[in-house]
Amino acid sequence: MVVEQVRGAMRLATLDADALALGLTPGMTLADARAREPALRVFDADPHGDQDWLERLCDGCTRYTPIAALDSPFGLILDITGCAHLWGGEEVLARDAVDRLERHGMGVRHALAGTAEGAHALCRFPAGAAADENAALRRLPVEVLRLEEESAVALRRAGLRTVGDLAARPASALAARFGEDAVDALGNLLGLGRRPLAPRRPRPVVRIERRFAEPIGSTAFALRTLEEMAAEAGEGLTERGQGGRRFEAVFFRSDGLAFPLRVETSLPVRDAPTIMRLVQERIDGLSDPLDPGFGFDMLRLTVPQAEPMAPTQLALEGGEARRGEGMAALVDRLSIRAGRNRIQRLHPNDSHIPEQAQLALPAVESRAPAHWPSQEEKGDPPLRPLHLFDPPQPVEVVAEVPDGPPHRFRWRRALHEIIRFEGPERIAPEWWKAKDGALEGESAGLTRDYYRVEDARGRRYWIFRHGLYGTEAAHPGWYIHGLFA
Amino acid sequence: MIESVTTLAALRRRIASLERIPAGQAVPRVATGHVQLDRALGGGLSRGRLHELFGSIEDEGAAAGLALGFAQLLAGEQPLLWLRTAAAERAGGMAYGPGLAALGMAPDRLLIGVMTEEAMLLRAAVDALRCPALGALMIELRGRAPLLDLTASRRLALAAEGSGVTAVILRIGGEPVPSAADTRWQVRAAPSIPLPGNAPGMSAFDLSLLRQRAGPDGFHWRLTWDSGRSSFAKADEEARDERHDHGQDSAGGYGQAALSGAVVPLSADRSASDRAA
Repeated sequence: MVVEQVRGAMRLATLDADALALGLTPGMTLADARAREPALRVFDADPHGDQDWLERLCDGCTRYTPIAALDSPFGLILDITGCAHLWGGEEVLARDAVDRLERHGMGVRHALAGTAEGAHALCRFPAGAAADENAALRRLPVEVLRLEEESAVALRRAGLRTVGDLAARPASALAARFGEDAVDALGNLLGLGRRPLAPRRPRPVVRIERRFAEPIGSTAFALRTLEEMAAEAGEGLTERGQGGRRFEAVFFRSDGLAFPLRVETSLPVRDAPTIMRLVQERIDGLSDPLDPGFGFDMLRLTVPQAEPMAPTQLALEGGEARRGEGMAALVDRLSIRAGRNRIQRLHPNDSHIPEQAQLALPAVESRAPAHWPSQEEKGDPPLRPLHLFDPPQPVEVVAEVPDGPPHRFRWRRALHEIIRFEGPERIAPEWWKAKDGALEGESAGLTRDYYRVEDARGRRYWIFRHGLYGTEAAHPGWYIHGLFA
Repeated sequence: MIESVTTLAALRRRIASLERIPAGQAVPRVATGHVQLDRALGGGLSRGRLHELFGSIEDEGAAAGLALGFAQLLAGEQPLLWLRTAAAERAGGMAYGPGLAALGMAPDRLLIGVMTEEAMLLRAAVDALRCPALGALMIELRGRAPLLDLTASRRLALAAEGSGVTAVILRIGGEPVPSAADTRWQVRAAPSIPLPGNAPGMSAFDLSLLRQRAGPDGFHWRLTWDSGRSSFAKADEEARDERHDHGQDSAGGYGQAALSGAVVPLSADRSASDRAA
């Protein structure tokens, strides 16, 4: 029995068959349940753990069909169209799946139907023997439509108890009374409408698997096999006129563990040596080496993301690759070794707040460098610093009250005498983001008065007063926000 | 006497045959725009070599600005990679695109690599220097940087010579140690020429040429960046072009002790490749 905390009270979330037999129901408080039956075994609810487990099961079910979707919180939906004959029929496939799951100690119920909603409904609500699937569905109670509580109650009040009752009425009347959702749900259930299934893993562009008759214990051999697979994937991509942006190689160990290795490229690639170089780079960067243990029994290479790529011809003499590609290869290698967020490219962002005026995006994913707006008048000293502190660092400043320029400031325990300054450049907060459109308030931030200052030794800084004296802050603080060249 | 001359000539020929780049062939150079500086360097900064810039922590902004200026000129239209450590980014602030654009430097051609540690940074630097598609590489190191010893800097120099990619090594708060750099500089912020209203003007730098492998050193100049031309201004009225003795230069915290051991025993105009060969 599992409990969770709902509005301050511990309530029963899910129960096993024995608990249900005792007359306990979900939603009951734990105290009530204990009063009835003191010897309860109680566990805390762990929705994230459950979700994790379900996702792992879903990934495992890709052995039956590539289109396996989650039906949270407790279900999986497999689209076995065109897959069943490989296992010798629908029933055999279902039996195999149920056996496999029961081996993990799980209670499993299954149903086969023409639509995902139909299977969901038949699995959860017992339908008696019926002539065919449609008849079985029509006999189910209206709760299977998964409508909101009010609609379900309203349907029952109107005397519509089963799906069949509902299907006999004209759709327009139902829509007028119980909403569009009811009609849609009914259509989906009976296979009139069609809602596509969202598989957990999108279908990769290219997918290549190698199973070994015996587990292989040599990583070098596994990598050679992977290279052959990469060449095969490259051919597949060439046929489509595409190149892969992401590659995923999974090493399945015979004891059930799997090592996924993912590499990403900034330009489409389909050249096996290039892919292998990146994979090798990733393996070198692993904290624990690729351990074959009792041997790998399967390798899988997938290309989840591909982009159009024109066939290229090497230059006639020497086969020199184009310059952009050389740079892209360097970015890929460094990004894989150091981490994809560590090689960055700066992009302008349309904001007047200095720290939001640029975005540092991973160079792997942001290919085309955006155009940077340059300063209005060329040849003027820069109005923005070269280095920006985020967050700004507080400094002690001697300045005229209320809004005079700074005279000297202390930063990092050194006193700087200001001999030249320019300012203030007043940067207002984003007042339109303030709550209730209020001009004054914490949420929008404070007005900043920026000064470009130069000290006696020629060092140039960007400092600002945070808040207007008196109106926004009683004692505005000063901060250093950047260093000029 | 005649014998020794012939021996010398034979020795010269032998050395020339060992050189990857023949001594007679000029190294491509990029002019900085400052007339006296370019003249002292024989035409500008050499391409495919290492250039080391030293700046104190207080002069960080100026040192980074000058290093970026050099790297930008050396990279030309090709991309520029700036490698730094995460600690440096935390302490010194992150690179700011609008500021770069305001200086006339192209932030769209700039890639920034923020590495977790120095060892990884130097490994990435060697890899980057081997890639001829890169225009220039800027390596920022803070503090003593014990990993950048003579061996490490030779490795960088070899990679740079092989591909023709120039490396600008920015050392914040570091002390010069023997290295394979072609030139070595000390940077300090200099008071700018004020605009009307006593506002700070264009970025100015006090620059000392501490060492040059193939030529005279010990010069001091004041450079001003010209954001309109994206280059350094021709010359400044205040520019001092007289030669100084190292020991007399007491303006900064730079002592003479560091210099005496700093010169690598390599002959003029010789590449580092034959040392490794």
